[in-house]
Amino acid sequence: MSEEQIRSLERNFNERIERDEKIEPKDWMPEKYRQTHIRQISQHAHSEIVGMLPEGNWITRAPSLRRKVALLAKVQDEAGHGLYLYSACETLGVTRDELYEQLHTGKAKYSSIFNYPALTWADMGAIGWLVDGAAIINQVPLCNTSYGPYARAMIRVCKEESFHQRQGFEIMLKLANGTPEQKELAQDALNRWWWPSLMMLGPTDDKSVHTEQSMKWKLKRKTNDELRQQFIDQTVPQADVLGLTIPDPDLKWNEERQSYDFGEIDWDEFWQVVKGHGPMNKERMKARVGAWERGTWVRDAAMAYAEKKRARKEKEAV
Amino acid sequence: MKNENLYNYILGIADNSLILGQRLGELTGHGPNLETDIACTNISLDLFGQVRSYFQYAGKIAGDGRSEDDIAMLRKEREYKNVLLVEQPNTNFAYTIARQFLFDAYHLAFLKELQKSPDLTLSAIANKCVKEVSYHERFSSDWVRRLGDGTEESREKMQEAINDLWMYTDELFHQTEADKAVVAEGIGVDVTNLKTAYYAYVAEVLEEATLEVPETKYFQKGGKNGVHTEHLGYILAELQYMQRTYPNMEW
Repeated sequence: MSEEQIRSLERNFNERIERDEKIEPKDWMPEKYRQTHIRQISQHAHSEIVGMLPEGNWITRAPSLRRKVALLAKVQDEAGHGLYLYSACETLGVTRDELYEQLHTGKAKYSSIFNYPALTWADMGAIGWLVDGAAIINQVPLCNTSYGPYARAMIRVCKEESFHQRQGFEIMLKLANGTPEQKELAQDALNRWWWPSLMMLGPTDDKSVHTEQSMKWKLKRKTNDELRQQFIDQTVPQADVLGLTIPDPDLKWNEERQSYDFGEIDWDEFWQVVKGHGPMNKERMKARVGAWERGTWVRDAAMAYAEKKRARKEKEAV
Repeated sequence: MKNENLYNYILGIADNSLILGQRLGELTGHGPNLETDIACTNISLDLFGQVRSYFQYAGKIAGDGRSEDDIAMLRKEREYKNVLLVEQPNTNFAYTIARQFLFDAYHLAFLKELQKSPDLTLSAIANKCVKEVSYHERFSSDWVRRLGDGTEESREKMQEAINDLWMYTDELFHQTEADKAVVAEGIGVDVTNLKTAYYAYVAEVLEEATLEVPETKYFQKGGKNGVHTEHLGYILAELQYMQRTYPNMEW
């Protein structure tokens, strides 16, 4: 293909995105578009799968049957999100095994928030309320992103996430209105999850490397700082309803901006966790890699069985 | 309690789902692949849903305000009535599948009978459960075939798991005094009638899976009367942790 032809394809491609048309798997796309989408969608899928671990760790200890059932359903939803995000990613010409390989070798990233430990039952509330809350803010704009399979997956993901967020808030509400001991659990969880949740919205705009291109491809509609502000403005009144205190002495309503001013985020901590040195990075990877390795013989057996079945059918047909 | 036999009968049914659900819940996020992870979580979810229906009914029968959670989480070790089979650990995926299949085959046959109970609450619960458990049984028997007739390694592992868990199957068909009383009232299922068909069906699946039916004549029992294996204490430690640490609170 001549350079002129490629330029023309690219022009056409960009115009389609500007017109809000969806790009589908069989359409021509620039290699960088494909790679960026593989990176982002797989990162998102990995986050769902690793995100099962901190909550999964509380399934056997949930305080009531009702909460246990809800938690199981939630973690199962996350596995489902992982499944269709991996499928969306596979439409870009990469296999699920390759994606796992990238996760297990540390080449692919996942949301850093899951490198924090879930220590008490109240963390199930805080994770739903704050972590899913921040995730939704990140994800809702993706329902209109340019790549069709991703956009469609996100519509379903967002519906379920907003249910999870309400569920998390409801856990917090119950604790906040409970005994002093329960209220203390809730406040402690908020204290530990607040700052990492703010970090979930990504580095500040001047440090964010992917923003401009991602905006063009509608992988992003707002900058990290805008999203973070939106999250804070939305969450502070919810904390008020709970009667809990946001652990930020600098948090203050700014009448002029009609937004909350907030304190300095500890970006050293953020980069430490991103680079693999958070409290649970090693543990999470060990769990994922361990499950995968222990499962090898199972997956091999399933393949061998399917092959035998196919051969038997063929023989019968002959 | 006015109807203590029925109360104990229901606990005997529900404790199996409770403890097996708890065991499956340990696996969430650690399955051999995403599909089986989802399936095991889903089965656990179904089982806990069943537990809630049974314990809500049992609470009503007790009539002293005890809740489903009181019944599920505040009994002592010797008061749990589940069969020994369901408390056996997730040694590896073959054990998980063998435990599931050996229980599901029984559970499905049991529920089909319970559907006919003149106790309308029990038959309604059974009607709902039978759909779920048909799926569980399909999942577990398919995996028995897959692992049995898969690779040499998987066959060995599957056979080992079946051999090890076999001694817990006979207990499925035992009756406690409460069971006998509720059967005599025409409400309960006489599980002794299910035994022959159970072993015939299990043998059929094992044969399809190229596995051998264990020949042991020695079986374990005790769970139904609250005499368990050493595993149960640890299961309860997790199950009861929150209720014991923070007593008398709402969650």
